Amino acid sequence: MLSQQDMLEAERHGKQVRSIYVYEAPVRLWHWINALCMVVLAVTGYFIGKPLPTMPGEASDNFLLGYIRFAHFAAAYIFAIGLLGRVYWAFVGNHHARQIFKLPITNGQWWSEVFFELRWYLFLEKTPKKYVGHNPMAQLMMFFFFTVLAVGMVFTGFALYSEGAGLGTWSDTLFGWVIPALGGSMQVHSLHRLGMWIMMTFVLVHVYAAIREDIMSRQSLISTMISGWRMFKD
Amino acid sequence: MTETFYEVLRRQGITRRSFLKFCSLTATSLGLGSAAAPRIAHAMETKPRTPVLWLHGLECTCCSESFIRSAHPLTKDVVLSMLSLDYDDTLMAAAGHQAEAILDEVKKKYKGQYIVAVEGNPPLNEDGMFCIQGGRPFVEKLRETCADAKAIISWGACASYGCVQAAKPNPTRATPVHKVITGKPIINVPGCPPIAEVMTGVVTYMLTFDRIPELDRQGRPKMFYGQRIHDKCYRRGHFDAGQFAEAWDDEGSRKGYCLYKMGCKGPTTYNACSSMRWNGGVSWPVQSGHGCIGCSEEGFWDKGSFYDRVTDIKQFGVESNADTVGLAAAGTVGAAIAAHAAVTALARARQKAGESANSNDKQGEN
Repeated sequence: MLSQQDMLEAERHGKQVRSIYVYEAPVRLWHWINALCMVVLAVTGYFIGKPLPTMPGEASDNFLLGYIRFAHFAAAYIFAIGLLGRVYWAFVGNHHARQIFKLPITNGQWWSEVFFELRWYLFLEKTPKKYVGHNPMAQLMMFFFFTVLAVGMVFTGFALYSEGAGLGTWSDTLFGWVIPALGGSMQVHSLHRLGMWIMMTFVLVHVYAAIREDIMSRQSLISTMISGWRMFKD
Repeated sequence: MTETFYEVLRRQGITRRSFLKFCSLTATSLGLGSAAAPRIAHAMETKPRTPVLWLHGLECTCCSESFIRSAHPLTKDVVLSMLSLDYDDTLMAAAGHQAEAILDEVKKKYKGQYIVAVEGNPPLNEDGMFCIQGGRPFVEKLRETCADAKAIISWGACASYGCVQAAKPNPTRATPVHKVITGKPIINVPGCPPIAEVMTGVVTYMLTFDRIPELDRQGRPKMFYGQRIHDKCYRRGHFDAGQFAEAWDDEGSRKGYCLYKMGCKGPTTYNACSSMRWNGGVSWPVQSGHGCIGCSEEGFWDKGSFYDRVTDIKQFGVESNADTVGLAAAGTVGAAIAAHAAVTALARARQKAGESANSNDKQGEN
């Protein structure tokens, strides 16, 4: 309960706050598990390509790269299974859960709002539009730089994993074809690493845009991914 | 009827004891176990020799050089006699029209029964004029000879993938055999050159079981190309432990640590070097202290330096690797974000100042 004083003050400054439930619990849980996986995958992946300085002592006393690779594979499994779960939720969840999987590319209104958002980010629009889910520009970015890229990372990642797992394993059966299709193991390693950098660049933009819009658009973004509720502050 | 292998061997003075030793060693090297040795012996005693036509396109003959050094004491004699090697322009005694006549003869007499072994590849630019044999482009000879073959063996990286003559920009448009010949079983045996025992092993398998060995997605025999160098490398323990040679003359290098950081391509190369080794099992590249260069992988000349782990990606026009590209992208975007945030903050401050001035004005009016 607010004190008498606080209530008066809140009323004086008070603007109506409306809110709507956007992100259901599985989406929110997935988002944060996914974020954690990506951090682990990026860091361990970096050190698989460029390992840490040599460990002293006997080989039998050390298992550093082994542990790093284990963490990478474990996080990769969680990432991939999470992605599968998220696809499932796109079918059974609310319509916001489908946003990052499909683009309304035939909708002219949507495209004009993509360009509106572009102008807003280029400081050419004074006031932002408000959206319950992702704004059209964000949706476009999410689709290509997260959904498509994540699927690409899962395919190249499990293809590389199948090399160690061996011929005839499930990863080889499902993803082994990726290696010759993309021009060989070395090529797939390079593309997988490049994918990591693209993903990390996306993370930079994603985090910045979320913080910025939280402040500038007068609607909640960060807390929405925690509570599920989008607040509109005026 | 052609002689059986056994008859040929005996005629050349090879004892039955040596013959049986060869059979059991071959069974072992193919990973078939001791029960297969009598079957190999039986096949060699009863089957007529399969005629083999060995063609040479654009190549350096390193496959032949490797093949004739097949290390097991008798193997080189045995295999060269085992096969009815009817045509091989670098090894045969005949020359000129006589030699070329053999091709036609085998083609007619053993239609659908002979094996074509191709070393090197055909260049397709300028109607194949970059490789002329007997006055004709090699690609024509290859097409004609393969038309009635039972199976085709592509020896080495040249025939399997193109190798150095197909490296960018590939001026002669050297093309791997499987992209020129279609509708025939083709066995790719890549490597520059392939291991001698792998070559004789593939041939022996085909003669013994009268079928081609089980192949992987890239047409390579699974029994020799089913695993990477890295999977069977004796330095693998150091890799998992995180112990690396960081320079060619450092302590790690002397201690025989993993050569991963020195650009070893073992983790991306499918071949049998780490288990079968070279020159009769004497040694192999990693054992001699140098990383694998990935010679049995497709386009290995175009996959960046032999001495980098994160190698250059040529698609970007300039030579840069994933880390360079990625750091540049992340750096640029990071700087853009910082600038964007600064402009946002300024614009917002100005707007706020304007707003409060407005509201002050309004209050004044009231």
